[in-house]
Formats: sequence, structure tokens, C-alpha cells
Amino acid sequence: MSKRIDYLKHHPISAIVRCLVWLAAMITAVVLVFIVGFILVKGIPNLKPSLFALKYTSDNVSLMPALINTLIITLLALVVAVPLGIFAAIFLVEYAKKGSKLVSLVRITAETLSGIPSIVFGLFGLLFFTTTLGWGFSLMSGAFTLVIMILPLIMRTTEEALLAVPDAYREASYGVGAGKLRTIFRVVLPTGIPGILSGVVLATGRIVGETAALLYTASTVAQVPSTLFGSGRTLAVHMYVLSNEGLHMGEAYATAVVLIVLVLALNGLSSMCAGLLMKGQK
Amino acid sequence: MTQKFSEKKESLAMKNHPSDDGSAYVPNFLRKLGQDMRIVFLIAACFSILAVALICVFLFANGIPTMIKIGIPDFLLGTTWKPSNNIYGILPFILGSIYVTAGSIVIGVPIAMLTAIFLAFYCPKRIYSPMKSMINLLAGIPSVVYGFFGMVWIVPMMKSIIGSSGSTMLTACILLGIMILPTVIGVMEPALRSVPESYYEGSLALGATHERSVFCIILPAAKSGVIAGVVLGIGRSIGETMAVIMVAGNQTWMPQGLLKGVRTMTANIVIEMGYASGLHRQALIATGVVLFVFILIINLSVSLLKRRGEHE
Repeated sequence: MSKRIDYLKHHPISAIVRCLVWLAAMITAVVLVFIVGFILVKGIPNLKPSLFALKYTSDNVSLMPALINTLIITLLALVVAVPLGIFAAIFLVEYAKKGSKLVSLVRITAETLSGIPSIVFGLFGLLFFTTTLGWGFSLMSGAFTLVIMILPLIMRTTEEALLAVPDAYREASYGVGAGKLRTIFRVVLPTGIPGILSGVVLATGRIVGETAALLYTASTVAQVPSTLFGSGRTLAVHMYVLSNEGLHMGEAYATAVVLIVLVLALNGLSSMCAGLLMKGQK
Repeated sequence: MTQKFSEKKESLAMKNHPSDDGSAYVPNFLRKLGQDMRIVFLIAACFSILAVALICVFLFANGIPTMIKIGIPDFLLGTTWKPSNNIYGILPFILGSIYVTAGSIVIGVPIAMLTAIFLAFYCPKRIYSPMKSMINLLAGIPSVVYGFFGMVWIVPMMKSIIGSSGSTMLTACILLGIMILPTVIGVMEPALRSVPESYYEGSLALGATHERSVFCIILPAAKSGVIAGVVLGIGRSIGETMAVIMVAGNQTWMPQGLLKGVRTMTANIVIEMGYASGLHRQALIATGVVLFVFILIINLSVSLLKRRGEHE
């Protein structure tokens, strides 16, 4: 204790700076706990069974259709984006020559994509999928817009996972007579699966939380459409519409709780996968 | 390494017998599949190039003719936005975006930088991993939830402090300042950690305190990473849509001060796209193009900074 007081006396500026650093860390922590706590405390009492009715009516303001739509859009987007992202990463890691023009172009464009804000994806989706391809406001338009959005994320995480696979594995596989393709699918990919999965889960988290890109592609109908070419709102869009109308704040709180719980669960799942990867490397 | 190896083998194999990578007696169709799959992977890799090209083509093809039709100076520098009178000037929204972004950087970056320093040099081992997963969670919370929180908590609080409406530029700055924390911390912390230990030890050996070593030696050494963090924060801030709409007031006038409402480019697109048609709709898309150009510039500077960081 006396040592600390000494420190404070002899280096007052250092002491102040140290306090500032701790203060900033506290602010970050407190803000997060406060936001999550606030939403949970206000929202949980508003969770009513009627919110989970299968049909949306203006009386029950059910979030179930939105939840189902979220599920459909997530599945659709992942079914397209995951193979694309993994294949692209395989090309970058296993096939491409180092320093080739094509590879650097792929990397630059992927980086560009990951920096584009979601509203610009939304505009593009509106112009391309909804209007030019004539899919209208539909789950399909929404899902494909999201495919472009999450593609760089999946590419990058898969690439990192594949790069983390030791070269000795590949050489051993070649050594026992396996071809390149077999080595990739039987040795390299299975070893990298935890990393790939954590990327997929992160991508799911982004889809679940996305609003701006879906507002004008999947649009805001509050029911589950009968076909994939029908319009439907996801949970995040549902929440935006509710809080924008301002008529059903209780329900908006409850929707926020469901969203946060979903994101929490996905985050946990992702770090679990990452943990598995670390374990596998040891 | 392996690439070269397999290529050499292939050329040998062509001369002798049809085997792939040295494995004996591979049926011809499998060999063909192997080559076909290479093309499949290649096409998948080119998809991101295609996506960027399509986005550029569609946005620019729709936006630029509109700008020319409205008149580029009138569009970019016009101070009035009145779609009902066919007046489309987006200067208020450009300035709105810039002000809100600058404000969020002023609020968010110092906290983020100090938190990154905390994580890298101060954090006791026990609280490191809970702290880290909390920050990851902060990054995962959807922006609409942030916006909602801002709407039901920050806005009423501001209202009770300043008296008039709580949906102001300052509210948006505070909320965005919170939202960029995880992005900026996530870039800065590894940058700080990658500075060689010997810098720090050398500084300590010369009699500097821990704080002085960290702030005067390590921080300057990690400069390019720190700047990259700030620029990424700017990108995140300027592109944020939903959270800003829910707290910023969205008046179409020129920004009139911290405690008045403001509308950003992103907000302008989302709010009016729902009912716009004709030239009005085109003008909104052109607003998106301006935003897109801003983002491209920011992206470019991030990658330049990264490259410089690697050279150092």
C-alpha cells in the first residue's frame, strides 16, 4: 500500500493516467452491462405467451412470424454463402499462387465488401434482386442481399482456419497417396471445421441483427409468406417497425429481449467453436 | 511449397501415366473432377469481385445520371431538400453525416483507445477473458437494439437535461460513440500487442514509469494500427443507419448545432425510400452513391495504412 502512495507522490501524471485507463475500461464494461441489463429488466416482464402466437394480428402483435422469417432468411443465406465462402477460401489457401494478381484482387474486393454499410447493400438489393431480377419484395431478395454481405466474413474466417492447419497434415496425406482434392476434403477441411463454424455462427449473428439491408428487399409484411418470393419481416425489422410506430412499446421491449438472447446464444456458440479450434491445435 | 511440388509431379505424370499428384492409377474421370473442382473454387473466389463490380455498376448507373439531371453542384451543395418542390440538395445530410461521425469519434475513440491499452497492458489475467467476451458481445448487439436503447433511455435523459426535444445530434454522437467501441478496440489491441516487448523493457530500464513507457513509447510505435482503428471507426459510424434514425431527430434543415436535430445520408435513404418514386427515388439512390464514395475512400485509406504498417 505504501508503495502505491509513493508512486502517486513521485509520478503524479502517471498516477492520473493510470486512473484514466481504469476509468475507460470501467466505462466500457458498465455501458455494456447497463444496456443489456436495461433491456432485459424492462423486457422480460413483457414476454407474454400471446407474443408467440403463430399468426400476427394487430391485437397480439406476435413476433413468431418474424422469428420464423428470420430463420428462413438465415437458412437461405447460409445455404448459398457458406459453400461459396468456403470454396473461395480453399482457392485462396490451397490453389492460388502467392502474389498473383487475381488473389490480391479477390482480397481487395472482399475487404471492400466487408466495409460497405448495410444500407448500401440494401440499395443494391433493391436495384438488382428486387427490380432488375424481378423478385419483388421477397425473402429471396433479402436472403441474397445478405449473402453478399456475409460472404467476406465467411471467406476470411475459413481462410484463417485453413491457414492454421499445419502443412505436415497435407504432406502426410500426399505421402500416403491421396490426391489434392481428397486431401482438401478429407484432411484439411475437417481439421479446420471449428474455425469455419465460428465464422458461420458470427455470420448468423449479423443476419439476425440486420435491418437496413432488409427493409427494402424483404420488406415489412408481418406474416410468414406462403412462398419464398413473398415479403416478410425479420425480427430486427419487426423491432424497428414496432418502435417506429411507438404504439406497442412493451412488445418492442420483449422483441429486443428475444434479439439479445439470440445474439448472446450465438456469441457463446461462436466462442465455443473457437475454443475447440484452440484445443485442436494444442 | 506444396503447390510447386504438385505441379512438378503433374508435369512428370503427363509424360508417364495418368496419375494425379503421384497417386497411382487414379481413374480418368476422377482426375478430371480434380481439375474441374479447381475451376469451381476459382469461380467461387471470383464471386466477391463480381459482387463489388455489380454493386458499383448498379449504384453508379442509377446515381450518376440523376446527379447530372439535378445538376451536380445543386445536388451536392444545395442546402434545401424539398422533394415536393423538386429541390434536391443533400448538403445538410452530408454535413450531418460528417458532424455525427466526428462527434462519435471524439466521444468513442479516447475511451476505446484507453480500453485497448487497458486490455493490453493493465488488465489482470482474471478479468481479461470476461472483459474480452463482453466486448465481443457489444459488437454483436444489433444496431436496432442500440437505437431502441437510445430512444427509450438516452433521448429522455437528454430531454430532461436540455429541456427541448431529446433527439439531437449529441444524442446520436453518444450512441454511435458507444457503438464503435468494439470495432476500434478490436483493431487497436492487437496493434498495441504487436509492438516488440524490448521497446517496453528498454524504456523501463531507462527509468520511465509503466505509464510513460506505454504512452510515450508503445503507443507511437503502434501508430499505424491505432490510426487504422480510428478510420475503421469512422467507416462504421458514417454507415450506421438504424440507430441514428431512432435518435437523431431527422429534420431536413442544415445542421444547426449539437443540441438540434440532424439527418444523415443513411437516415435520408431509409426514411424516404418507402414512399419515394420517380426523380425523388433516383435522388435517394444518388445519396447512396455519395455515401458509397465516402466509404470507398475510407476503405482505401484503411488498406493503405495496413500496408504501411506491414512495411514498418
